[in-house]
Amino acid sequence: MRTLGWIAINGFRESVRDKVMYSLVVFAILLIGTSYILGQLTAGQDLKIMKDLGLSSISIFGLFMSVFIGIGLVSKEVERRSIYGLLAKPVRRHEIVLGKFAGLVLTLTVNIAIMTIALYLVLAYVGWGENELAKQAREAPAADPAILKAVVLILVQLMIVTATALFFSTFSTPILSAGLTLGVYVAGYFSQDLRNFDQVVNSKAVQMLARGLYYVLPNFAPFDITSQVVHGLPISAQYMAATIGYGVVYIAMLLVAGATIFSMRDFK
Amino acid sequence: MTGRPRLPIVYAVVAVLGLGALSVGLQTVRDRYPLPANQEETLYLTQRATGRLVFTHRSLVSDLYWIRAIQYFGNRSQRAQRLASTFLPPPPALAANPPGDFDLLYPLLDITTTLDPRFNIAYRFGAIFLSEDYPRGPGRPEQAVALLEKGLQTSPDKWQYWQDIGFVYYWNKHEYPKAGAAFARGAEIPGAPWWLRSLAATTLARGGDRSASRLLWQQLGETANNEYARNAARLKLQQLDAIEIIEKLQKGIEVFAARRGTPVTSWNDLIAARLIPGVPLDPAGVPYELLSSSRVGVSPQSPLFPLPFEPAARPGS
Repeated sequence: MRTLGWIAINGFRESVRDKVMYSLVVFAILLIGTSYILGQLTAGQDLKIMKDLGLSSISIFGLFMSVFIGIGLVSKEVERRSIYGLLAKPVRRHEIVLGKFAGLVLTLTVNIAIMTIALYLVLAYVGWGENELAKQAREAPAADPAILKAVVLILVQLMIVTATALFFSTFSTPILSAGLTLGVYVAGYFSQDLRNFDQVVNSKAVQMLARGLYYVLPNFAPFDITSQVVHGLPISAQYMAATIGYGVVYIAMLLVAGATIFSMRDFK
Repeated sequence: MTGRPRLPIVYAVVAVLGLGALSVGLQTVRDRYPLPANQEETLYLTQRATGRLVFTHRSLVSDLYWIRAIQYFGNRSQRAQRLASTFLPPPPALAANPPGDFDLLYPLLDITTTLDPRFNIAYRFGAIFLSEDYPRGPGRPEQAVALLEKGLQTSPDKWQYWQDIGFVYYWNKHEYPKAGAAFARGAEIPGAPWWLRSLAATTLARGGDRSASRLLWQQLGETANNEYARNAARLKLQQLDAIEIIEKLQKGIEVFAARRGTPVTSWNDLIAARLIPGVPLDPAGVPYELLSSSRVGVSPQSPLFPLPFEPAARPGS
């Protein structure tokens, strides 16, 4: 466990040293700040715009971080041949995979926390100047605590993306891993369509393949609760628990598969 | 020094300039043959198609479409009002079919609400935009009702949409039984305000009555939670005031004309006769116009122009 924590901390430090990460976070914060100006163009929908843009920024920039750092976690070590030094130490291979994952999740969590604080600050500033009539008319309060629910699900979703990127990077090149991870991300939003494939296709084989893919591919649609949060609709604790639970199980599945493949690899 | 002749550079510069000029010429020629616009096909996106296009960011994209719809409406409305105040009013046959200046408004609102089916303001403001008479808006009350009915499919508990539907039927379509029925439907929804039921009764009993119209706009102005809706209500109330003043002025002019035996075509005649202290101003502060036909009206420069077609009084009311 100590080894795993050590690898994670090192992974985190490596990410922190990466200038690209700072650029992404600064750009996301700027975008969140810009939403205040955009909000002035929307005939009283400033808070909606800010929340939408804020949550989308967190999701998009988080995706960039997950994919482009996740794909390099293992493959970069292999390319730089630093993996040999690592393997020479008393470290088990699966600990490397898990430690790398934990490090990137820590990086993601810190960055998302910074972006979330920026979003809340902008929202609180706008909400502070509102009159009572405007407050009553809002579907949800300005600095709504429910936004945290959306942020948590975005984080879990990005953890799945990170685990996917890491899984591919255990046996593939960075470019191919990026392509495959983005492909899974896109397909993950259409998995509901795969489930309903039998309504548009007659072939039994295709139907079964589509149904199989529906269960194999991650289903990202349930992680998107931005619209519900922005409109002040209730999100039950059961829904949150089931969605997070699904995410955790899926991540575990990918990590086990990734660690197994990495353990079997022959580095010569 | 390479010793190479300078001629190839000259050729290259000439070639670049020549090709640049040719491209400009070709663009000019191409612009003479615009492609046929097919707005329905290019703009209409089903909910599923939009979902595919924007993944998880549908709510954000709906905001962008909403901003686009507001800007489109604002620009087109200003342009149409400028045209209306600059040129003579079109013949009735043309006026019945206002120029298709607002063609994209409904598709933009439709996409906005398809992307975010709970975009409350897009339905309510969108209905106001769509139902505004030309040149302030496209004058498409049927589209306003369609948009609000779309909103009710997602949010059947929104009594405000029924209120707005009733409003469009009342003010724009002058169909008072339908307006009253819409108000009554809204009043049945739990949480609806008490006055919606009395509004339904008033509309059914006195639809078309100016006091009922005034009540309607007052209720909307008082319950509106945003500046645009409050301004719209204020404008309509000012228009009602303007109509009342015009009626009084018209009556005075007719009496004066009958007394002196010649038609009155200038405010100066009335000022000289000390019937009015000066050129009368409408509630927006712009002088009323007295036309050569002795008819009084608001100036095309006034923000109250054009005055709405006032709901006709129901027989027996």
